[in-house]
Amino acid sequence: MSSITTLKYTLQLADNVLIMGQRLAAWCGKGPILEQDIALTNISLDQIGQARSLYQYAALIINNMPAADKAHLFNAPLLQEKINNQHTITEDDLAYLRDAWDFRNCLLVEQENGDWAYTVARSFFFDRFQYLLFTALQKSTDSTLAAIAEKSLKEVQYHIKWASEWVIRLGDGTDISKEKMQQALQARWEYTGELFAMNAIEQAAMQANIGVDVSSLQQAYQQQIEAIVNEAGLQMPTAAWMQTGGKNGVHTEHLGYMLAEMQYLQRAYPNMEW
Amino acid sequence: MTQVSFEASFQKKIDEEIMIEPQDYMPDEYRKTLIRQISQHAHSEIVGMLPEANWITRAPSLRRKAVLLAKVQDEGGHGLYLYSAAETLGITRDQMLHQLHTGAAKYSSIFNYPTITWADMGAIGWLVDGAAIMNQVPLCRTSYGPYARAMVRVCKEESFHQRQGYEIMLSLAKGTPVQKQMAQDALNRWWAPALMMFGPLDAVSPNTAKSMEWRIKRFTNDELRQRFIDVTVEQIRILGLELPDANIKWNEERGHYDSSELNWDEFWNVVKGNGPCNKERLATRVKAWEDGAWVREAASAYAEKRKTKKAA
Ligand SMILES: [Fe+2]
Ligand SMILES: [Fe+2]
Ligand SMILES: [Fe+2]
Repeated sequence: MSSITTLKYTLQLADNVLIMGQRLAAWCGKGPILEQDIALTNISLDQIGQARSLYQYAALIINNMPAADKAHLFNAPLLQEKINNQHTITEDDLAYLRDAWDFRNCLLVEQENGDWAYTVARSFFFDRFQYLLFTALQKSTDSTLAAIAEKSLKEVQYHIKWASEWVIRLGDGTDISKEKMQQALQARWEYTGELFAMNAIEQAAMQANIGVDVSSLQQAYQQQIEAIVNEAGLQMPTAAWMQTGGKNGVHTEHLGYMLAEMQYLQRAYPNMEW
Repeated sequence: MTQVSFEASFQKKIDEEIMIEPQDYMPDEYRKTLIRQISQHAHSEIVGMLPEANWITRAPSLRRKAVLLAKVQDEGGHGLYLYSAAETLGITRDQMLHQLHTGAAKYSSIFNYPTITWADMGAIGWLVDGAAIMNQVPLCRTSYGPYARAMVRVCKEESFHQRQGYEIMLSLAKGTPVQKQMAQDALNRWWAPALMMFGPLDAVSPNTAKSMEWRIKRFTNDELRQRFIDVTVEQIRILGLELPDANIKWNEERGHYDSSELNWDEFWNVVKGNGPCNKERLATRVKAWEDGAWVREAASAYAEKRKTKKAA
């Protein structure tokens, strides 16, 4: 199997959890309840940890590639020059030196935090997907990805519990919370279709038995989401159209601002150890 | 027992270093002092999350991001332990937060200074958490049981905080010239505010004497401040940075470092609410609280419904 496929597939997995973790991290110190501030930080820390494992693996693959194979991996000139100059690439190079069009995360995770209901809805939709994805990815023939999936799955089990409980709590709380939760589910639902639309990287990774056929997860996803939504006394959201693009590098406007903030130190003071 | 003998047995316990527990008799003034001190400490933990949370999304590496996030999360945990300890004295967390939000309760003035470069994450962990440790280690043996036990847990985590801060400073000090300059700038800005964390000079400290007698405090402000200076000057040398105060000199006779008088007008000005970030910090806390109102209401409405369902 081609190491380019493994690399790109790994990066896509990494981008999802980094962007999600970065979004949740912005809640730190501003949560509605101190205990929940801490709970959200836990989830964010898990995701950043997962992103690190995945980027480290991606960096390793790049560092072991023949020069000719990696001459045109990224649009980002700083990163590509480093690669072409045979520098050892690190997790931070991958997180901090690529621009939005090099990122392959789904649109869902880059959506803004909004209020508590929007944050819960986004996590609810994303974490459930991660749960199904990592469950399947444990069987990857790539032993590193399988091991990361297995370890991450334990964390994701807590994440889905947290998000599901909040959907139920808000759905079955007050009239106001019910309305806000319903609205947030409705607003974020249009970003869930992309999770199951196989892009070229996922196709190739599936054919090589290293990646998951995400389209096969959709039915279980729908059922599991619906069960929680029903328990919360809410309506299943609907979408006339599912947005796609992030997985192919065509993002919403939000990602650029987010990266500008996240990457600014590495950009303003390049090539330094922190 | 009469009131007099209650008080005598209370003071006897204090003198024999027996912990006072929530159900024990305690003079009103002791209770009030503790509520003020513990809630102020709890508020400092959660307001103190803000200047550092300010840099989580901008941390320069994934490792630094994760460590800083974990550190700020710890501070939230400290807030929790301390609010719980204060609640044993007959005040609720909501009441304490109300006092914070209305300005009736104070928090440590250090958090009213801005964090303007990444090096501030180093300086805060190293100096601010460092000063906090020096203030707090003696509190692990403070006379009120729940407070002392909370402080044991807090202090365990604080040493990790200080280490992560010092490690940031070390990377910068050993880094490129501009990184070293960034570290020096942060040290220069945080030095005096950190020293003020020990409180006013003993000579003018209104609460020290009684707190010492009750063994709520175990060392005076000036004693702790001097200890901090002595330790920190050595650490600055190891970093290879310039001393932030030209008057720092070893005093053979005293066996301590001498240093400049602090600008106490600035201290009192910040305490009064005129520091660079007082309004912003409080506004951020109030906004988080107000934005979260509907969430808390929903959570308690939901819990209430569960209870009735279970009972039925
Ligand atoms: Fe503290
Ligand atoms: Fe703390
Ligand atoms: Fe701390």
